[in-house]
Amino acid sequence: MNMTGIILRISTFTLASLLVIANATSVPAASSEADFKAAYAAAEATNKEAGGLRNQWTVTAEALADARKAADKGDFDRAVASAKEAEALAKASIFQATSEKEAWKNLEIR
Amino acid sequence: MALAAVALAALTLAAPAADTPDPVADAKAFRNFFVTKFPKVKLEDFVNGPYSMNEGMRRQWEEKEQFPPYEFSLDTGKEMFSRPFKNGKSYADCFPNQGIGVRQNYPYFDTNEGKVITLELALNKCREANGESALSYVRDDMAALTAYMAFTSRGKPFDIKIPDDPRALEAYQNGKRYFYTRRGQLNFSCATCHVQNPGERIRAEILAPALGILNAMPIYRSEWGGMGTISRRFTSCNSQIRGVPLEPQAEEYRDLEYYLSYVSNGLPISGPGSRP
Ligand code: HEC
Repeated sequence: MNMTGIILRISTFTLASLLVIANATSVPAASSEADFKAAYAAAEATNKEAGGLRNQWTVTAEALADARKAADKGDFDRAVASAKEAEALAKASIFQATSEKEAWKNLEIR
Repeated sequence: MALAAVALAALTLAAPAADTPDPVADAKAFRNFFVTKFPKVKLEDFVNGPYSMNEGMRRQWEEKEQFPPYEFSLDTGKEMFSRPFKNGKSYADCFPNQGIGVRQNYPYFDTNEGKVITLELALNKCREANGESALSYVRDDMAALTAYMAFTSRGKPFDIKIPDDPRALEAYQNGKRYFYTRRGQLNFSCATCHVQNPGERIRAEILAPALGILNAMPIYRSEWGGMGTISRRFTSCNSQIRGVPLEPQAEEYRDLEYYLSYVSNGLPISGPGSRP
């Protein structure tokens, strides 16, 4: 077994990654600071919700940090793209926490 | 999102119906799973984590045990444990049997406080009750203290009790749920690695079996270049799968420790341990 082996057996988060890609590539060119602020606030709120479920992902925090860094440099296209990616990741972590409320039982040794 | 909804429905359908937790039956099934999966490993050997899984590694370990890398920490722990606090009291005053040979009884469910008390938490409660500041749960001093307490308890079988209190059973069940719940971007649960894949390699490491997985804690790891507590191990296992770790000694982690220790009842304490 290796990491890829395990990952390939998992369907849910292949879906999650698709959502991420779909979101990340649909960003129009020439975003403004206001676009960034809106995208960032949405991502942060979603990630906070994941925190309430005790299920944040490290990659969400990384994408948020990336968004801030790009915004500091005035690269709002990249900042918006990263913020949207963070939001999609946070959504996926919420989806995971919600489905696991029952699904964990499938793994239980009985 | 439509796709996601379909996946959610499928997951929900596949889940078996909820039932009342039965810790005794759980522990029996848990042990049975590992004993059947690894018929050549002696029951008491599961406490040696990755070393129980692999003959070559086991030889390395036996050689290493001649000059154990945790020795320094053990000495520090003994010294810390014996040194009185500023108020003249010491750790010994906070524990049954002066804290000697009691590791196997932790964590326990405190029916007054209504929560799980781990050894690490008990040590900090002791410090705070005596006017000392709490130690970091993930650093050397806490590892040293728990190493010493484990050492004085070596060979004693885990003896975790679930008192007749619905809150204790709930804590146990919460710990179990945490253990089997998938998390992180990689979508792994503790069980994905330590139940489904023990003995397998993940990068350079051999995965320890979940049976007896806490008996050797705390551990020295070459990769850490030092000692690690249970708190450190839990948080680093969460980060590995790209999940944000909870704060050390969060309720979830204490309940998890309660569950994992309970299902290893009967297996001997072997800590402190050393790992590659
Ligand atoms: C990606 C796979 C993976 C996941 C998921 C994982 N771990 Fe680990 N764990 C490891 C690796 C690798 C090690 C180091 C090698 C070893 O000892 O298994 C380790 C070691 C440990 C150890 C020390 C065992 C020993 O004998 O040295 C404990 C305890 C532990 N994990 C508990 C957990 C818990 C509890 C969870 C869930 C919160 C968890 N792990 C999730 C990979 C994982």
